[in-house]
Amino acid sequence: MKTYDLVELASRNLRESVLRNSLTTLGIAVGVASLVAMLSLGIGLQQLANRRLEHSGLFDSVLVFTPRGPEGFGPRRAASPAEPRRLDESARQEISRIAGVAEAYPEIRVPTEVRYNDRPFRTVVEGLPPSAAESAAMEGIQGHFFSKPDAAEAILQADFAKELDPDTARLRGRPLTLVYAESVSLGNFPPGRSPTGPAAAGRSPRSDRGEPAGFSVLRKEATLTIVGVTESQPNAGFERFGRARIFVPLDLAEKMIPPQISALLDSPVRQPAPPAQAGSAGRPTDGPLYATLIVRVADVKNIEPVENAIKRMGFSTFSLQDATRNLRQFFAVLDLFLGIFGSLALAVASLGIINTLVMAILERRREIGILKALGASDRDVKGLFFAEAGVMGLVGGAAGVALGWAIGHTINLGANIYLQRQNLPSQTIWLVPWWLVVGAIAFSLVVSLLAGLYPASRAARLESRC
Amino acid sequence: MSDAAPRILRAERVSRHYAMGSAVIRAVDEVSLEVGAGEFVALLGSSGSGKSTLLNLMGGLDRPTSGAMVVAGRDLATLGAEELARYRRHSVGMIFQSFNLVPRMTVEENLELPLRLAEVERGERRARVEEALDRVGLQARLRHRPSELSGGEQQRVAIARALVNRPTILLADEPTGNLDSRTGTEILTLIEEINRASGTTVVLVTHEEARADRIAKRKIFLADGRLVEERKPN
Ligand SMILES: Nc1ncnc2c1ncn2[C@@H]1O[C@H](COP(=O)(O)OP(=O)(O)O)[C@@H](O)[C@H]1O
Ligand SMILES: [Mg+2]
Repeated sequence: MKTYDLVELASRNLRESVLRNSLTTLGIAVGVASLVAMLSLGIGLQQLANRRLEHSGLFDSVLVFTPRGPEGFGPRRAASPAEPRRLDESARQEISRIAGVAEAYPEIRVPTEVRYNDRPFRTVVEGLPPSAAESAAMEGIQGHFFSKPDAAEAILQADFAKELDPDTARLRGRPLTLVYAESVSLGNFPPGRSPTGPAAAGRSPRSDRGEPAGFSVLRKEATLTIVGVTESQPNAGFERFGRARIFVPLDLAEKMIPPQISALLDSPVRQPAPPAQAGSAGRPTDGPLYATLIVRVADVKNIEPVENAIKRMGFSTFSLQDATRNLRQFFAVLDLFLGIFGSLALAVASLGIINTLVMAILERRREIGILKALGASDRDVKGLFFAEAGVMGLVGGAAGVALGWAIGHTINLGANIYLQRQNLPSQTIWLVPWWLVVGAIAFSLVVSLLAGLYPASRAARLESRC
Repeated sequence: MSDAAPRILRAERVSRHYAMGSAVIRAVDEVSLEVGAGEFVALLGSSGSGKSTLLNLMGGLDRPTSGAMVVAGRDLATLGAEELARYRRHSVGMIFQSFNLVPRMTVEENLELPLRLAEVERGERRARVEEALDRVGLQARLRHRPSELSGGEQQRVAIARALVNRPTILLADEPTGNLDSRTGTEILTLIEEINRASGTTVVLVTHEEARADRIAKRKIFLADGRLVEERKPN
């Protein structure tokens, strides 16, 4: 018999005992629905977690430093025969050009002193690049992000803001004085630049040229406007100086707090070429050195290749990639368990199919005999019962996906109403990807066909006497 | 066997035994007979004499325990299940005392079943169904269910279904057993017409010798599974 005739006859047979067959199909649908609901909840939670982590700036960033700093000095250097690559502007440019890198910027995070209403506070200030505006830390900001990449503005961390004024709302628009130190080389000052002049912030330290004889540290002040207060902390995972509590635009930080200063905290600013290599290097050290670069990648998947490429340049790197790997593992296990529970429901439903088809055989003994007398082969009879199981599986699978989708949608809706009541932003905690739709229907079909195996062969063995 | 007609069916010492515990029931016991193409043969005998069992062996619904059942040159005893099904599909049509229509299907659907099994093209099916119903005089009842038809009409539908794949042999197992005598006569007349008009070979099982005498060219008698007598109608 042709396949379309089999399917047509099967659906016709199924329509005959509507109630029983729809109950069986409903059983399959419920099984598939629970499978879909469980798996899509797992997938939704996983994606939610991934989204949060990607936003957090913890997992899409690589820290870059020269092999001997910032953790250690000296001795390890002997192991490397060539002179280590300098982490300077040209290295930064090169890193920015690596495929998959979104941006590379120096980490500027220094202890400092601020004055608010003439009261002094000691804290840590950090420079933030414009891209930080998208980070999760800025999601719940009171106020707004920096208006310009080099605006004289500051964002305060909430706890610190409370120290300044318990009513943090009053802080916005108020001035904050930042006291910082500027290193000034004692060697060749460019003409017209006075060590005490206010022009310091106007010149990029990068344009500084020449070999200084030494440098002195000058005390300077800048007045910033408070534009925002944020609850959480950008880059909180990379704490090496303690938590930063004041954030300023990165460009501004670079101007005010030359990278040399932050570098000074960990390692010599301008390493004089070691005697052995002075001749071979052949050129004076040049431009500012960065203690640490933060490299953000466009996609978390790129972390590993980017890290490797940077390592090949001769730098050390650090990322939290391993932590995400564990997280992915956790979700794989979670999905597995949710899937097993969902499949159990489907297994129960397949018992329903077996039951229904065996009943149908008992009822249709005579009909099977008639079919055989008319020339049906064992294969035809087997195929017919198989097709009936398949149709129930297919219809049940499709209905189950729809039902599971509806259940998930309801969960989503309920969760979001709850989140809204808690004044939290709404989230998609439940997601049905297209492959789950196709997979669930296919799975339901396969399970149903397996359930039809026994009844079908039993029907085919039936005596053909009339 | 009529003298001129070529042989279409030959049973050679055919037996069908059933094992019931330690006893063996010889439903058909070493029967040998021949049927010519286009012949009309009546198979007679009392109840339990093995008529139905022999007919089922001829129709390929059952296999002999021993012996050969050769139809159109092929021994059914040696055919595989798939080939036997093909033989039933294309070469024989069977009708029964109890009509054996599928009650939940309409007349048209019942007639379509053999066409589906024989993988006849969809476009051709309607014409074949109408042609078969035309032969039994029931064109108007296409959409009716068996329960909406009289016994005689149901048997006509069964005959139409048996003929829809244009078999060369029609096997009828007491087709009038459930009908009143007038309707029974009508059905037998119809079968005779089919035999005459299209040359379809007919083997008719009955226990009413008088009926057989009126239409059959030859009578075969069975008793306790054995062939006891073969003679021309009186
Ligand atoms: N499937 C079977 N199992 C056991 N015995 C059977 C079976 N079919 C028929 N018989 C026996 O074979 C004998 C012949 O039966 P059957 O061919 O139906 O007789 P008839 O059609 O002439 O009335 C009977 O004694 C019957 O009981
Ligand atoms: Mg009988």
